[in-house]
Amino acid sequence: MTNKVARRRRDVNPLEYLKRPWMWLTLFVCFVFLYFPIVTLVAFSFNSYKRAFVWKGFSLQWYEKALNNQSLHEAFLNSMHVAGVSTVVSTALGAMLGLALYRYWFPWKGTYEGIAHLPIVIPEICMAVAMVVFFWSVGIELSLTTVIVSHIAFTIPFVAVVIRARMAGFDTSLEEASRDLGASEWQTFWHVTFPYMIPGLVAGALMAFVLSLDDFVITFFTAGVGDNTFPVKIYSMLRFSVTPEVNAASTVLIVITLSLTLVAMIMQSRWTKGRGQ
Amino acid sequence: MTDAKPIISIRNVTKNFGRVTAVDNVSIDVMPGEFFALLGPSGCGKTTLLRMLAGFETTSGGEIEIDGQAMLGVPPNKRPVNMVFQSYAVFPHMTVFDNVAYGLKVTGVPKAEITGQVEEALSLVHLEDYGRRKPDQLSGGQRQRVALARALVKKPKVLLLDEPLSALDAKLREAMRLELVRLQHSVGITFVIVTHDQDEALSMADRAAVMDRGVVRQIAPPGELYEHPNSLFVADFIGKVNMLEAKVAGQSGGDLVVEVEGMGRIAVPHEGAAAGNISIAVRPEKTLLSADKPGEGVLALKGKISDVAYYGNESHILLDTETGVQFTSTVQNDARRTESSVAIGDDLWISWAPGNTLVLAE
Repeated sequence: MTNKVARRRRDVNPLEYLKRPWMWLTLFVCFVFLYFPIVTLVAFSFNSYKRAFVWKGFSLQWYEKALNNQSLHEAFLNSMHVAGVSTVVSTALGAMLGLALYRYWFPWKGTYEGIAHLPIVIPEICMAVAMVVFFWSVGIELSLTTVIVSHIAFTIPFVAVVIRARMAGFDTSLEEASRDLGASEWQTFWHVTFPYMIPGLVAGALMAFVLSLDDFVITFFTAGVGDNTFPVKIYSMLRFSVTPEVNAASTVLIVITLSLTLVAMIMQSRWTKGRGQ
Repeated sequence: MTDAKPIISIRNVTKNFGRVTAVDNVSIDVMPGEFFALLGPSGCGKTTLLRMLAGFETTSGGEIEIDGQAMLGVPPNKRPVNMVFQSYAVFPHMTVFDNVAYGLKVTGVPKAEITGQVEEALSLVHLEDYGRRKPDQLSGGQRQRVALARALVKKPKVLLLDEPLSALDAKLREAMRLELVRLQHSVGITFVIVTHDQDEALSMADRAAVMDRGVVRQIAPPGELYEHPNSLFVADFIGKVNMLEAKVAGQSGGDLVVEVEGMGRIAVPHEGAAAGNISIAVRPEKTLLSADKPGEGVLALKGKISDVAYYGNESHILLDTETGVQFTSTVQNDARRTESSVAIGDDLWISWAPGNTLVLAE
């Protein structure tokens, strides 16, 4: 008996955690805890009954309804507009910030860096209040534009961090080689440095896009009256009635977010594979 | 070579990094068509000097002229030199062809001329069929060839090579040494190579500068560096030496008379003057081992074998001499046998001809 146990133990290598039953249990509990709410949300979006939590059969009627909901349409387009514009601007600015922090040393660099990365760590609600107070004090009326400006402000540091991490693996002698071969600094940047940055730019841009698309708190505070984005619209629908239409709309948002993340991951792995070093 | 103008003229060049002086008042002339080596241990300033030639570092003092032009304030892309980097720095996102074509494209060479020149450069380094490959599909040695072709296609006046062989394995390194010398002969460009490997410098270079802590210790052809080092540092850095402390007792004819503990007064041939406490030295392969006391006319010391290190082609035999100095003698294993003829603990005489003695005043 003890012999048997001992032999079974010996069959498991010290680092083969997946051969241990308790590991599987932990994994299972984690998965349930993390994904059960999301799975129920998606499942009930296909419910044929109008009460959200009583299953009465499969149907696509709530998707149809959500698709024909004019204000939801509008909110979705607003979201795309906000996310699109803020991504382009914050990717450009964030890339420059990341590159500058990677390349240069200047007095008070540590402090500057800390302040630049602050939006990552400060609570979103504080950021939102700060934004609103700022817009009010300067006398700017809240609108979709203020939402875009706010989104740019809080996504820049995320892009900068990604770019900086990418540049950490850069061989500076590539730039020197380019200069040595007769290229100007400008040519060197576009022919050598920029191509190296592309995977970081793609990853950073997708991150900014998803952050902007999913954001609720900052958007809720900085949007003007009637300027709904998708998450804000879902929230307001929830306040009137909890119908599977909300589930359907949320599921659409989940699918968009997941597919963008998937694209980012695939591109990332392709690039690392394609570049050997 | 004496009336030719130097292609590179380094005059009293100094480089300071903060309080550290990396290169200290260095003057070197490199002649056209020469294969010149900057040799020294890590941190001796040889790479800094090379980077100043390429234009990646500014000089803190002194002047550099390349091909008769002062290089002060001239950016790297406007200098008539090209460099092969230690990491090769082959552009990872470009094909081999595009890598080699890069230097021509950015300087506006017409497209029609580029293809021919790139193909010529690739055939020079035997990579004709590799043009469409990406760098990650190449071996380390092939990547280095790309770096060479990329620099040579620019037809520079001087090719700078920064530790070009250090990342290759031992066999490939030896092959590349011959290859580089062949290449230099066929293109006729001046090569300046930085290396910490004395074998590399001795086997490839026409002349080498031995550097130590920012200072040039000796500039000479390899044979002279090895057989007539001007200082203990050079003697010790290039090859092995057995060193003895000596005191100058006088001069007699072309000989220097010195006093050495355990040997008494001995005469060694030496040109020039020397005084006070100096060192004399002899290379391990220029010594002989014998069981009996050698005859007159040679210098000899008695010792006990403390270790025998076997290297296949030769053995290094370590002796503790009676005066407490350790000596090494190299013995060629020129006959086939598996057991050493000497054993640890044997008492032996080590001797050498006076003419093989190196007198190191510094």
